[in-house]
Amino acid sequence: MRVVLAEDQALLRDGLIRLLTAYEMDVVAAVETGPDLLSALLTHRPDVAVVDVRLPPTFTNEGLTAAVEARSRIPGLPILVLSQHVERLYARELLAEGRGGVGYLLKDRVSDVRRFVEAVRDVAGGGTAMDPEVVAQLLAGRRNRERALERLTTREHEVLAVMAEGRTNAAVAARLGVTEKAVSKHINNIFTKLDLLPAEDDHRRVLAVLRYLDL
Amino acid sequence: MRIVRFGPISAMRGPLAATGRGAVLAFLSLAAGLPLFIAAVLTLAYSTIVIGVLLTPPVILGVRRFADWERRRALKWSGVRIASPYRRRPDTAADGALVALLRIWWWLWSDPATWRDVAWLIANVPAGVVLGLLPIDLVSQSFRYLPLVPFVLVLAPFLARPCLRVHAYFSAMLLSPTARSALSARVGVLTQTRSEVLDSSAAELRRIERDLHDGAQARIAALGLDIGLAEQLVYQDPDAAVALLAGARESSGQVLAELRSLVRGILPPVLAERGLDGAIRALALTLPIPVEPELDLPTPIPAPIESALYFAVAEAFANALKHSGATRLGVRVSLDERAMLVAKVRDDGRGGAYVSPGGGLDGIRRRLAAFDGALTVHSPVGGPTTVTMELPCASC
Repeated sequence: MRVVLAEDQALLRDGLIRLLTAYEMDVVAAVETGPDLLSALLTHRPDVAVVDVRLPPTFTNEGLTAAVEARSRIPGLPILVLSQHVERLYARELLAEGRGGVGYLLKDRVSDVRRFVEAVRDVAGGGTAMDPEVVAQLLAGRRNRERALERLTTREHEVLAVMAEGRTNAAVAARLGVTEKAVSKHINNIFTKLDLLPAEDDHRRVLAVLRYLDL
Repeated sequence: MRIVRFGPISAMRGPLAATGRGAVLAFLSLAAGLPLFIAAVLTLAYSTIVIGVLLTPPVILGVRRFADWERRRALKWSGVRIASPYRRRPDTAADGALVALLRIWWWLWSDPATWRDVAWLIANVPAGVVLGLLPIDLVSQSFRYLPLVPFVLVLAPFLARPCLRVHAYFSAMLLSPTARSALSARVGVLTQTRSEVLDSSAAELRRIERDLHDGAQARIAALGLDIGLAEQLVYQDPDAAVALLAGARESSGQVLAELRSLVRGILPPVLAERGLDGAIRALALTLPIPVEPELDLPTPIPAPIESALYFAVAEAFANALKHSGATRLGVRVSLDERAMLVAKVRDDGRGGAYVSPGGGLDGIRRRLAAFDGALTVHSPVGGPTTVTMELPCASC
């Protein structure tokens, strides 16, 4: 799997390269600045990019803007964004085009190596991996906001929230303390309630999460 | 039902009222002004003996009350604003009776505003009488030329309002603060707000120090300890080492979470990344009720002003969420033609909000005062509430 990495802090960059290489990924480019990132993404067209939000030269949100720009030129280019803080505003911008292949995680999550690598693979495969904190902000901001999601039961909300983090059915089941069969039943109910037809099967999971995260 | 009156009677009402006010003004200028003037001069003259010192406070404070009446009158009757020029009363609570009396005497007579008040009293005798009675005087004069009487009777009252206005301007010349006293009042305000700023920034630094000391630093020390233990155990008891390391990883996550919330309190990262516009939008998205941001902001806004306004808006949101029971919030921020950044936070809650010392709104007021800004709260009982925050931004 070919990866482009953008991180300006040398220690973390080296650590990430070591980590990704250990899990048999090929870091084709490791850049430090926003403009370098954009050109690396456009020339290498990696399977996935791991990008820090704040990069030189302005140290604002260059990584995010480069990622959004690259995705507008190469639709669906999988990008996993890392940051010291998460904002729903940014999650919304990343998801604005309504496609999967997006991840948005706190940098701390890197320390849980296995889950982090899982998230990178998920994003590369067109899924979404949202930080639990983004999901929590969303839940706090949700109440009486979304009409379409109102039909979901509390349990279905919980399932969808864990799905949004990019977890598999098995992981959802473990987290909520139910069987995998129950989880897939909930997921089917969610699909029905959100009017997601079986024809779009592969995509349904991503679409449900996007519907959930958008706005 | 409202009764609408037409015709000459309603057209004459305002001018007739103004004529009446003129008569009151003339009467008081003479009947109150002249005795007060004489009393003021006498207390000064007799201040070489005890009686003058004793009489100074009641007499001069009486003069000030009369002058304050004139200041209010000028605003109410003629829309002329006259600011109060007096110096702050010294704090004499700790002084003995005699010292206190002498300090008050000095406070009153050393204030140029007192001398200007007294000068106004005497100049106001002719000014008040002439300008107050002019319409009535014209009418009475007209009786010498009988055919003119009806015209004068109708037209003279229309002079009353302009006369009152001229009188208000005359008063403003003597009763307003001089440039010097306005300046020293300004220095007083700046001294006050500066010391509030120093206090609050010192308190802020103390809070940050304590948070770091009790939080992140303590946790990182414990983390070092755990890793050190794991290092020693790794060969003898690999399972225990792994458990220690897993614990260490978890507490590193907690340290980071703590640091994140600390950083948010100092300067929210999104404000650094996206400016005020993005930061308010991001904030709005995290609230449990819908917020409609209408933002029309100049760029760039100087960082200190940006951050002051951000925290003021955040505090206003928090306040509305906590107390109002609102179901919707609105925030509008824009730059007006006075180069003031104006932020209005509205909620549809129960209203009745006011600025209580030490409360959330008072905190906003102090935050803004440091930048010469102001806070006004409009919150009738039953709502809705609008909190308006203004900050001057000369370079916007």
